[in-house]
Amino acid sequence: MAEQSSQGETAHELPTVEDAIALGLTAAEYRLVCEKQGGAGGRAPNQLELAMYSLLWSEHCAYKHSKKLLRTLPTDGEHVVMGPGENAGAVDVGDGLVCAFKVESHNHPSAVEPFQGAATGVGGILRDIFAIGARPIAVLDSLRFGEPAVARTRYLLDGAVSGIGHYGNSIGVPTVGGEVYFEAPYEHNCLVNAMALGLASRERLVRSAAAGPGNVLVLFGASTGRDGIGGASVLASAELDAADADKRPSVQVGDPFEEKKLMECSLELLERGLIVSLQDLGAAGLTSSASEMASKGGVGIDLDVARVPLREPGMEPFEVMVSESQERMLCVVEPENVEQVMRLCAKWEVGGAAIGEVTDSGRMRVLRDGELLGDMPVSALVDDCPLYDLQPRKPSEPVYAAPIATARITLESPPPEILLAILSSPNISSRRPLFEQYDSIVQSRTVRRPEQADAAVLALPGGGALAVSIDGNGRRVAADPYTGTVEAVLECAANLACVGAQPLGTTNNLNFGNPEKPHIAWQLSESVRGLGDACRALDAPIVGGNVSLYNEGATGPIYPTPVIGMVGRLPDARRAGRLGFARAGDEIALAGPFAPSLPASELAKLLGQPLPDGLALIDLAAILAAHDAVRAAVRAGLLSSAHDIAEGGLAVALAECCLAGGLGAQVELGEDFWEAVPSVVPSPRSTSPAPGQVTAALFGEAPGGFLVSGRAQALQQLAQDVPLMALGRVGEDVLNIVEAGATAGMMLTLTLDELAAAHAGLAELFA
Amino acid sequence: MKFGVLQFPGSCDDLDALAAAARVGDAELIWHADRDLHGADAIVVPGGFSYGDYLRAGAIARFSPAMESVIEFAGAGGLVLGICNGFQVLCEAHLLPGALLVNANLRFTSKQVRLEVSRPDTAFTRACGSDACLSIPAKHSWGRYHADDATLTAMDEAGQVVLRYAPGENFNGSLRDIAGVRNERGNVFGMMPHPEHAVDELIGGSSDGLAIFESIRLSVEGAIV
Repeated sequence: MAEQSSQGETAHELPTVEDAIALGLTAAEYRLVCEKQGGAGGRAPNQLELAMYSLLWSEHCAYKHSKKLLRTLPTDGEHVVMGPGENAGAVDVGDGLVCAFKVESHNHPSAVEPFQGAATGVGGILRDIFAIGARPIAVLDSLRFGEPAVARTRYLLDGAVSGIGHYGNSIGVPTVGGEVYFEAPYEHNCLVNAMALGLASRERLVRSAAAGPGNVLVLFGASTGRDGIGGASVLASAELDAADADKRPSVQVGDPFEEKKLMECSLELLERGLIVSLQDLGAAGLTSSASEMASKGGVGIDLDVARVPLREPGMEPFEVMVSESQERMLCVVEPENVEQVMRLCAKWEVGGAAIGEVTDSGRMRVLRDGELLGDMPVSALVDDCPLYDLQPRKPSEPVYAAPIATARITLESPPPEILLAILSSPNISSRRPLFEQYDSIVQSRTVRRPEQADAAVLALPGGGALAVSIDGNGRRVAADPYTGTVEAVLECAANLACVGAQPLGTTNNLNFGNPEKPHIAWQLSESVRGLGDACRALDAPIVGGNVSLYNEGATGPIYPTPVIGMVGRLPDARRAGRLGFARAGDEIALAGPFAPSLPASELAKLLGQPLPDGLALIDLAAILAAHDAVRAAVRAGLLSSAHDIAEGGLAVALAECCLAGGLGAQVELGEDFWEAVPSVVPSPRSTSPAPGQVTAALFGEAPGGFLVSGRAQALQQLAQDVPLMALGRVGEDVLNIVEAGATAGMMLTLTLDELAAAHAGLAELFA
Repeated sequence: MKFGVLQFPGSCDDLDALAAAARVGDAELIWHADRDLHGADAIVVPGGFSYGDYLRAGAIARFSPAMESVIEFAGAGGLVLGICNGFQVLCEAHLLPGALLVNANLRFTSKQVRLEVSRPDTAFTRACGSDACLSIPAKHSWGRYHADDATLTAMDEAGQVVLRYAPGENFNGSLRDIAGVRNERGNVFGMMPHPEHAVDELIGGSSDGLAIFESIRLSVEGAIV
């Protein structure tokens, strides 16, 4: 370390273990850093080095509490082209094309400053997609907030939705789907997860591994400023507290126009074959990007901070290295191509600068005008952060308070009152006020827009189509982390089945509380176990994802929220399924297993019921068989509509089909229906179902059931492959549900206008 | 015939407009820094955010080299269609009267709208048929058409209002429900909704927008014949 002393830095100027702890490292980690830095004797890192270690060894970058769990997930499959570890995963979609996709969170920035937090969340996930050479073709978002009765919830919702729209709309990538839930445990720690999809020809994919000592490192895009300093460690790897607002300077500011130019420039650089590898700058900025490129390539990098174009003078070297200024990319270029790269940057009016070079030293060296400021083994920075075993323990006491009852209904209320209450509730009412703020059609690919089908459908060049869905019901995961997560994966697959798509791959964002607490560790490990089992069963491997931990506010942890994004393919875009009833006279049937139960349902929440300890076991084989049958029927063009029965149960699904199609339904629930709902009514039955039992049948929830409509003959054909129960007929402008047979009686009658008025409940939040 | 579709660095619907135009004729992109219009017979100024539009939509784009040529082209009677941001650019360039203000709801709003073709006899609507009602998506933040009362009345009298939002569809608060206008000479036309996103039943749920491109083709080829 002769060069080290040449900096004139003496021992008393070096940061101490206390400084390391202030930056988020533990004392033991600090000792390990010293060891890694100096061999046997050890050497304390200087300020710049410590800043870089603290970021790369943060939870956000090192996944130190989750990596061991993530290794248990299935990541291989016949369609997988690129698995976890790259900027995004990719699956083969045929005709020489691949679909790249990934979901990522921007939770804490959004909790602090929702507009910019959400906007830069979209910007970040888009960069991940074009960093592997794919043109972004769609964005979806998954949002969680507290109850909308709280003013701050409305502020966060409005800001996040505006921010997502601002970025996606301005860059010309359609926002084609998403989901939002409102639950009290998210009040102090909202979730903003964004998923993006991209399309690339298979041979155009690029990896991020730096290669070729002597090659040049080019930073291009926006200049580097003081924004977002310490985002990864300050915001992403610690619990939020009352001083959130003070962290606003740690939130980056997005510039979608800059990103649009950066995206076009990156894709043209790849098209022309001018670069060896490409990496976006996200959390921990240059520190993370350069180190990871070096690590993946097994090389070293010399990087000169004096050559980085700066937004303001006087920035310290560590600030340059950790800045999270947005809209920047890093690439490795062969020396003879540098001039052409610069020319292309000029064409797209993005800055470009050669800031370093690839070496064979295996070391990350930071210089300023040639003077050595920091020198670290790449392997120590990227690979040597200690990984921790979780200490999971199932909590003996409930973690979450019972929801506060918000609806003026009881289990015994008449079904129409209950249906209207659920339809108008924040979790169920129409998302139109949100998705109307997003451009869902740019790029001329969107075959199914929001509320037209259970999944978004995007046309592919060869006549087929991609389908994509994102889902994750945190309340059910809180009730049962294993089964709840299996259900979330199944829900995505069911959505794909409804449009006729077969799953190809899965991405996930694990949003959890503080994993150092045993009950959170238990939620996390059970959830990952469920995720792995479900993805294996579906043959929809995990190709990428993200982990967001420490999501806790003053009142406790969020609901454990694994957000699942799933991409599938259907052979014929023209036959993509729809959710709305389409033709008067069509028969309506319930397909697949149906075992509704109220605990952890939307109705249970509205009634203020506490979460149950565990969800009912599910019959995975029966559910997958139902998916297969519905998918095949949609592909064969047999069905007019297909919709999976999810939150709010059968009655809500019926109402949604009516509203989406503008047609009513005449539903008769006969003996066969009640007999098929053993969870509600013991069989044999001699009297009418009690009101509470009717409620459970109409509004109870469980995975596996589909509501389909079509000609009688088509439904008979479907009945060969899956248990099917006739429910009634499409027609008129009213939803009638009657009890047929000996105990005949009207259970529910509501006009489409009444249903629509209730379903528009969310609109007032945006008035 | 050949359409030239301008491409600014922040254009978003440029490729969509190119593909829509290519359904009825040849079509080529024209880079914003290019003064050469490549012999195009008609120009499309597409939607998007030309140069980011942080200042005011279209305020910078009107000074671009390509737009200078488009202004000359329009002066010589060439057909120019501006869609969404393109409409904003044409207003900024004073090729069209009026201005587009922020939507009445102050939000970016995206929805399918029905449009009444109030003038089916123009170079841009002649293929629409009389009493036509088009289903076309609109998506913008700044689409509220505005001009002073005297100008609006003069435009009405001169037949310059070509498209109006059908009853109940004027979500942005445009004066007199105006969705699309032409200049006095009739060779420059701007509209906020996106005809290029309604050219394929599979994707747009409507192919009504194709009539706008088809009209331009008929006009150009009629002029040649």
